[in-house]
Amino acid sequence: MFLLLPFDSLVVNLLGISITVLFTLLLVFIIVPAIFGVSFGIRKVYMKTLLKIFQWATLRIERGAKEKNHPLYKPYVNGIIAKEPTSLEEEIKEIRRSGSGKALETPEFELSDIFYFCRKGIETIMDDEVTKRFSAEELESWNLLSRTNYNFQYISLRLTVLWGLGVLIRYCFLLPLRIALAFTGISLLVTGTTVVGYLPNGRCKEFLSKHVHLMCYRICVRALTAIITYHDRENRPRNGGICVANHTSPIDVIILASDGYYAMVGQIHGGLMGVIQRAMVKACPHVWFERSEVKDRHLVARRLTEHVQDKSKLPILIFPEGTCINNTSVMMFKKGSFEIGATVYPVAIKYDPQFGDAFWNSSKYGMVTYLLRMMTSWAIVCSVWYLPPMTRQPEEDAVQFANRVKSAIARQGGLVDLLWDGGLKREKVKDTFKEEQQKLYSKMIVGNHEDRSRS
Amino acid sequence: LSREDFQRIPELAINPLGDRIINAFFPEGEDQVNFRGFMRTLAHFRPIEDNEKNKDQNGPEPLNSRSNKLHFAFRLYDLDKDDKISRDELLQVLRMMVGVNISDEQLGSIADRTIQEADQDGDSAISFAEFVKVLEKVDVEQKMSIRFLH
Repeated sequence: MFLLLPFDSLVVNLLGISITVLFTLLLVFIIVPAIFGVSFGIRKVYMKTLLKIFQWATLRIERGAKEKNHPLYKPYVNGIIAKEPTSLEEEIKEIRRSGSGKALETPEFELSDIFYFCRKGIETIMDDEVTKRFSAEELESWNLLSRTNYNFQYISLRLTVLWGLGVLIRYCFLLPLRIALAFTGISLLVTGTTVVGYLPNGRCKEFLSKHVHLMCYRICVRALTAIITYHDRENRPRNGGICVANHTSPIDVIILASDGYYAMVGQIHGGLMGVIQRAMVKACPHVWFERSEVKDRHLVARRLTEHVQDKSKLPILIFPEGTCINNTSVMMFKKGSFEIGATVYPVAIKYDPQFGDAFWNSSKYGMVTYLLRMMTSWAIVCSVWYLPPMTRQPEEDAVQFANRVKSAIARQGGLVDLLWDGGLKREKVKDTFKEEQQKLYSKMIVGNHEDRSRS
Repeated sequence: LSREDFQRIPELAINPLGDRIINAFFPEGEDQVNFRGFMRTLAHFRPIEDNEKNKDQNGPEPLNSRSNKLHFAFRLYDLDKDDKISRDELLQVLRMMVGVNISDEQLGSIADRTIQEADQDGDSAISFAEFVKVLEKVDVEQKMSIRFLH
């Protein structure tokens, strides 16, 4: 007992000293650069080291699997079956041609037509383009997180030790650090914007507000260890425009807002989010909606138009997909934001899933679980491309304009451009698509019929 | 797997014969299919390899033979599973494929003509043997096969 007491105070002293040191380091290396917007480059070094370790780990798994003759599960990014991109008409003509030697203009309906529908249907059961966008992307090499490991078998002692070390670092060192930073960031945001809100309107307020926002977002970025590369910064959105981007997670907002000053659009939430939202509004005008107003599209459109037309107001940040997609593709953009008629500044965001998958599978994880997962991954690495502004041409309507912007974003980010609606995550497909297919087929049968009756 | 699980695939839901295809997975009267049943149905679509053609004189026919592939398609038409495609059944399937774009009389005449051409024993219905005869020149092996990437 006696021996414990001096030991006890020694431990307490050590603890005290280490906490002080930690905080000083925190302040110097992280918060101060955040305030001024410079970076020490620590994160880049971290990223490079991690990459080397991952490569070694993957090679080790492959070697181990070959030695033990275990079949390795390899995920395919482009689909598991060979598909031919031919249209309905071509396929059916080909089937008929091989069946009967008859001329192609005359046949009406053949029993063999069913092969086309049958095969297409079975192909989609095996591997379709839409449902795989709503779950996390599969990686081609392992990144030492057990959540992405499909081959988990004991391969070698070194690998397991490395993995264990990784877990230790992530949970015991990085996680508390990140939580502390996040806490600091959010509280600074709330207090900072409230304080600025008390100042009279004017240039001083604008200036301070902008910097408070930027600083807090930068702290949050570091809280997630997000390593962001911005491209083409000369195309950044300007006042009176609308910024559209593809949506993968709520972190997108933090990433974009740490590099530019935007007005946000969204529903008013309760709880912590609500407090943050109310505080932000005091410093500069964001557009927050009541839940009931969201359903009234005209009201929403009107408020957005008013905001956009006031040239002194900030560019609006909108995610037209409406829901989180897993960053392998871009789904249909809702046309509401494209009807307003302002200049659109497209932004493409592409995450590198090697270090941490940022996709929020909202049917699987809640917000808090999601944030914890983010904070316990290695890092969040992403690239942001600012694309040149686009405006709606006189002869295209909102839907065509939306599709044009979507293709530009998909091309830049290297994502697949899909016409399907992100809402399919939760709802069923509309029958109009089925009717289109039916119409196409009936033209094949009946169109020929008409030729025949004429001759 | 249940029927709703299949219907959640958007590209299958817009296929005019989607429901018939989903039905093909479920054996008589059941509403659930397990992995084994799922694989049995998908096995019909395995491409036919050359070395298989020689060895199967003695054993039971493999699921992906030409005859079994044709049988799969036949079952898509044969709604009441009586091994005959009657005029009504053909009409119903045609109606599924074209939706509301063709009138009943036109569809009826198309069905009549098809049965006339195929029917050989005069019972105004298409049996499996007649079905096979009509499609004897069609490249079934290639059209009803799905290749996996390695």
